[in-house]
Amino acid sequence: MYFQSWAEFWAMGGYGLFVWLSFGSSYVMLAALAWYSQYQHKQFKRQLSAKLAREKRLQQYQEQAH
Amino acid sequence: MFKWLHPYAKPETVYHLCGRLMPWLMGTALLLLLLGNIWGLAFTPPDYQQGDSYRIIHLHVPAAIMSMGTYSAMAIAAFIALVWQVKVAQWSVLAIAPIGAVYTAIALITGMAWGKPMWGTWWVWDARLTSELILLFLYLGVIALSGAFSDRQTGAKVASLLAVVGVINLPIIHFSVEWWNTLHQGASITKFAKPSIDPSMLWPLLISILAFKILMLALLCVRLRTAILVNEQHRPWVKAMAGD
Repeated sequence: MYFQSWAEFWAMGGYGLFVWLSFGSSYVMLAALAWYSQYQHKQFKRQLSAKLAREKRLQQYQEQAH
Repeated sequence: MFKWLHPYAKPETVYHLCGRLMPWLMGTALLLLLLGNIWGLAFTPPDYQQGDSYRIIHLHVPAAIMSMGTYSAMAIAAFIALVWQVKVAQWSVLAIAPIGAVYTAIALITGMAWGKPMWGTWWVWDARLTSELILLFLYLGVIALSGAFSDRQTGAKVASLLAVVGVINLPIIHFSVEWWNTLHQGASITKFAKPSIDPSMLWPLLISILAFKILMLALLCVRLRTAILVNEQHRPWVKAMAGD
């Protein structure tokens, strides 16, 4: 570790604002992309199985009606 | 070789392959990113000119290199999609574009946060910065075009065409620091010459670059799986899988 204390680490030799702005915004953007990609996948899977279940019920109903 | 490769163009195979690979890729990428960044932030000496502000390099350079690497991958996929009409390649183009856009945005934002203390300005309209901004617009253009047509197929084709044409921007970005006078410094790592950066700073940087590369593949896996499901939702294999 090249810093003597945590306070020095966060200060980054006076460049703390710029360093942590960079790292913070980058992690937020990466996390948002990862979360949204996963969310889209799960969301579509849910919609698809709901649609298929609906079609199945419809088919069963039509068979009963005959 | 093509006989061996051919099954991998089948959407069902790709879907399952991506599903199996994704957790490993994501885990490796996160581990490497943590390792590279913590090493670079806390366990390397400060730069003799730039002090601790240079530590931004551990995000800026990986994001910038991979913003171009991701574009090459997207352009190759687009070319394959246009010439050989491989469906999975076509969906890859649209799946990979947002990843590249985020990488480019990271490269630009970290660059601005580095430029302010070192150059005294957030932004200058010089060749390197402008060409990287154009790269962001190319990614956004691909995303926007793919959704701009009522027929999804047409949109995908036009977007692929833009992706292929946009390749012209890659050598411009790469050589911009040599061709024009610029505030931006030259390359610290090159393939042929000895790197102009000290080994103690080079290692964490290389690890972070690898992390961004693997993260791109991991995110591509997630996004491509969604794209395959959306496009193949009427096929029996998807129905069989999602039905139960």
